[in-house]
Amino acid sequence: MNVSVIEFPGSNCDHDVVHLYSSVLDSKVELIWHSDRDLKNPDLVILPGGFSYGDYLRSGAIARLSPVMEEVVSFANKGGLVVGICNGFQILCEAKLLPGALLRNINRKFLSQFVHIKLENDQLPFTKNMKSGDVITCPIAHGEGNYFADAETIERIEKDGHVVFRYCDAEGKVDSENRVSNPNGSINSIAGICNPTGNVVGFMPHPERSVEEIVGFVGSASGLPLFKCN
Amino acid sequence: MRVQVLVRLKPGVLDVQGKAVEKGLQGLGFSDVDNVRVGRLIELDLESDNLDDAKAKVSQMCEKLLVNGVIENFEFCTL
Repeated sequence: MNVSVIEFPGSNCDHDVVHLYSSVLDSKVELIWHSDRDLKNPDLVILPGGFSYGDYLRSGAIARLSPVMEEVVSFANKGGLVVGICNGFQILCEAKLLPGALLRNINRKFLSQFVHIKLENDQLPFTKNMKSGDVITCPIAHGEGNYFADAETIERIEKDGHVVFRYCDAEGKVDSENRVSNPNGSINSIAGICNPTGNVVGFMPHPERSVEEIVGFVGSASGLPLFKCN
Repeated sequence: MRVQVLVRLKPGVLDVQGKAVEKGLQGLGFSDVDNVRVGRLIELDLESDNLDDAKAKVSQMCEKLLVNGVIENFEFCTL
């Protein structure tokens, strides 16, 4: 599988994804600079985490204007597989490839901690190696991860199965009012969503950091199946 | 002309920054303060001698970049 990782000024999880695909999985990885327009013929494009353009104006608002994003939007509109992690999710929302927006965390704090997320939709190209109900343990590291959309949009994405991940406890129990399992306050504990055609996926947590047993925490390889999507 | 764009979170969208400022003010003894909302003021110079044209341009700027219509409203004035 050919994976292209987009690098913006301020991306800081780009090399986590490169390590995952080049060392843990045996894929070909290209880093694509934000001002380039050649995506290098990928099977999968990943927008990594970080603070693109210093998060100026709004997270992802400036990155969305990068030359490379025109190519990413065109790739996505042709059915290409695009995944946004953390800041990458915020960029996909700003680019209108995904609905909704990410507000400041409900407790006003930057959250750097472990969470559990439960897979809700295993029918997507990116989730087909997992089963709905599977729980991944992985970190979050964000100040603005509180998923918000108007009531009509929430109803639609819930009804159409576009919620991909929800924050939950270790047993997979979801409680959106519980600030231990849903620390940023996201509506319906939504941690990740997809577009109507299922080829664009975005989520705030970092399962790309939970791909190796050697890291040693419980569930430290629980995110690996997600990324074996070829 | 000088343009001022005021960007605010929509009513009903939780403004945690506003809540923090509200608590700060109340902590300073301003106990009668309530419903603090924090917005963003953007100022820019725009070369234009036609007010309608300028308004159309600023609206486009808001829709394309300055404002996220999912969570924010805007209004603007010329100085």
